[in-house]
Amino acid sequence: MKYTMSVLVTNQPGVLSKVAGLFSRRGFNIDSLAVGTTEDPTVSRMTIVVDGDEYIVEQVEKQLNKLIPVIKVKTLEQGSHIPRTLSLIKVSVSAGQRADIMRISELMGARIVDATRTSLTIEFSDTAERADTLETLLKPYGIREIVRTGTIAIEKGADPIRKTQT
Amino acid sequence: MNGAQAMVKCLEREKIRTIFGYPGAAICPFYDALLDSKVHHVLVRTEQNAAHAASGYARTTGGVGVCVATSGPGATNLLTGIASAYMDSIPLVVITGQVKSDLIGRDVFQEADITGAAEPFTKHSYLVTKAADLPRVFKEAFYIAAAGRPGPVLIDIPVDIQLHTVPKFDYDTPVDILSYKPSVQGHPLQIKKAVTALMAAKRPVLCAGGGVFSAKAQKELRALVEAFDLPTVCTMMGVGALPSAHPLNLGMLGSHGCVPANKAIRDADLVVMAGARVGDRAVAAPNQVAGRAKIIHIDIDPAEIGKNMAAHIPIVGDLKQVLGALAEKIEEKAPAEWVQVVTDRKKRYAAKSIDPLDKYVEPKTFLRAFSKRLESNAVVCADVGQNQIWCANNVEVREGRLFTSGGMGTMGYSIPCALGVKCADPKRRVIAVCGDGSFQMSMMELATICQEQKGVKIIVMRNGRLGMVRELQKNHYNEAYSGVLLDGSPDFVKIAAAYGIRARSVSSNEEAMAAVEEMLADDQPYLLECVVPWDYPSL
Ligand SMILES: Cc1ncc(C[n+]2csc(CCOP(=O)(O)OP(=O)(O)O)c2C)c(N)n1
Repeated sequence: MKYTMSVLVTNQPGVLSKVAGLFSRRGFNIDSLAVGTTEDPTVSRMTIVVDGDEYIVEQVEKQLNKLIPVIKVKTLEQGSHIPRTLSLIKVSVSAGQRADIMRISELMGARIVDATRTSLTIEFSDTAERADTLETLLKPYGIREIVRTGTIAIEKGADPIRKTQT
Repeated sequence: MNGAQAMVKCLEREKIRTIFGYPGAAICPFYDALLDSKVHHVLVRTEQNAAHAASGYARTTGGVGVCVATSGPGATNLLTGIASAYMDSIPLVVITGQVKSDLIGRDVFQEADITGAAEPFTKHSYLVTKAADLPRVFKEAFYIAAAGRPGPVLIDIPVDIQLHTVPKFDYDTPVDILSYKPSVQGHPLQIKKAVTALMAAKRPVLCAGGGVFSAKAQKELRALVEAFDLPTVCTMMGVGALPSAHPLNLGMLGSHGCVPANKAIRDADLVVMAGARVGDRAVAAPNQVAGRAKIIHIDIDPAEIGKNMAAHIPIVGDLKQVLGALAEKIEEKAPAEWVQVVTDRKKRYAAKSIDPLDKYVEPKTFLRAFSKRLESNAVVCADVGQNQIWCANNVEVREGRLFTSGGMGTMGYSIPCALGVKCADPKRRVIAVCGDGSFQMSMMELATICQEQKGVKIIVMRNGRLGMVRELQKNHYNEAYSGVLLDGSPDFVKIAAAYGIRARSVSSNEEAMAAVEEMLADDQPYLLECVVPWDYPSL
């Protein structure tokens, strides 16, 4: 089962390696990891998708909390948050297919961000599952390159994560 | 004031009297500043032992131990010592010099990424980039090392930073680390639940780990044990948490523990794990234990609870407070029948006579007699191997301590640890007990002992083998002995003599006890070699 965890860390050198090191050292499996700044310039937020069971998730939470730069760890409940991943997909196009690909993109809510005579580059921001679907739909046309970010996620509702209870 | 002077001043402000280290180019400014300070520097003979000695110092003072090394090889030599302290939750501040800031990352002479290398073995680490940060970093490091679950903290300081000016030395601003606020008060509801469970139990047992010492909770432990008549076992790190001879102390549990302790755990319907992390040597099948018994797990580190063993009643908090609260609230006594069964078993076990050996010292009876002869607050530092198991099961701890490398099992720990103890408390009797393998891993520290004129006493159990590994090969590898012969070892009495240390070799218990009288007659270093059989069991 996949769990999405939000980890707030103080913005200092070496934090990412501490977190990554902890996962490999303790044999936890990371599905994806994304880091970025937050509303507070001294704090970064990592979103980590972990593959495991409840025991693993509890261990990950506790071990993360032991790292001094980690301020808060929260495992987001299924359905109570909005997960997003960003994909950039370069697809081959031959003369007759351009319209097809544009229609698929429109249908899925993706954007064409670059075009050449032989290719289209599509930007897509949605859940990881929907990104998989788009990939499947585009595959027959010939995918040249895909770049995907790790999942980021925010909780539903009005409260920011720093206020909510873990 | 430059960075180096600020570093020394921080140590003074932390009331550190002795530090252990080894200099080199990248830490020279610090050594220079040290000349103007009362902080005493002990020059060990290899850096690993600086960390071990600092560990002995910390365990004795109950505060933080400090060790220092230069960049590159000095720093990497520290790693085993740092890792040993980490596994045993010993608070250390480890100071390393680093190459010049602008050269970091270029693989220059004696550059090593020590904060990276030590990452898995440190509670936290700093690579200092501004001299102005030094006072804050040191203050935080000392705080983090000692707060919550103690552990080593590394401060890596480039040599140029040590020479830069520190504009303002402020060591009074309290530490405020947003992300580190360990909880120390056990939750009242959990404590209440624990009291109820204890009073309902038919066959309760407490297991004391090293956390009892970290929390300085020996008194509270004893109060709880006596208030409730609670039979108690200990892990290797918990030996002596309750005096060995206490009627309710059933001894050490685990694969190298004793029968009364292991049977008590096997039969228990409730186990209180107190500051013990349930390592595999202590509890081989934790889920079996948790399947049979209700588990109350008390630890200041929430990550230890449920890690190796399921806990029915977890209590996160400082053992001193939690055990104290439990002792206060307990109103009944544990079922007398159960207490009778386990304490009788202990008596029977202790009364079993052990046959003396012809031409050899019998180590178990010797260690019993020897430890009885010691001052009641003496510290015994046990090394690793059969000698460690003999010590853990036979040394009688009263108000003293048994120090050993429990988590890492680092050979060579006992002698530098004993040196650290003696530096922290020169009046205490300190004895290092080691095997002939482990002795040769730290033999170079005889020089430090002489240089510091510290009356460390050393007992070497000489069996000409890496006894414990040999025992493993005997029992599990078809008696195929590989790489365990210590042929070529020198005459230890002569080695000691070369350092001007009095020494004697004995091969019977009578001789050994006579030599002990000679050893204990003064406060000078002494080496006693006990010749023990090479085919002799740990248990
Ligand atoms: C640094 C280190 N290397 C290797 C080991 C593995 N090891 C555990 S016990 C032991 C033998 C110890 O021999 P000795 O010091 O002579 O003590 P004895 O078992 O004979 O009492 C060894 C090699 C270890 N624990 N530590």
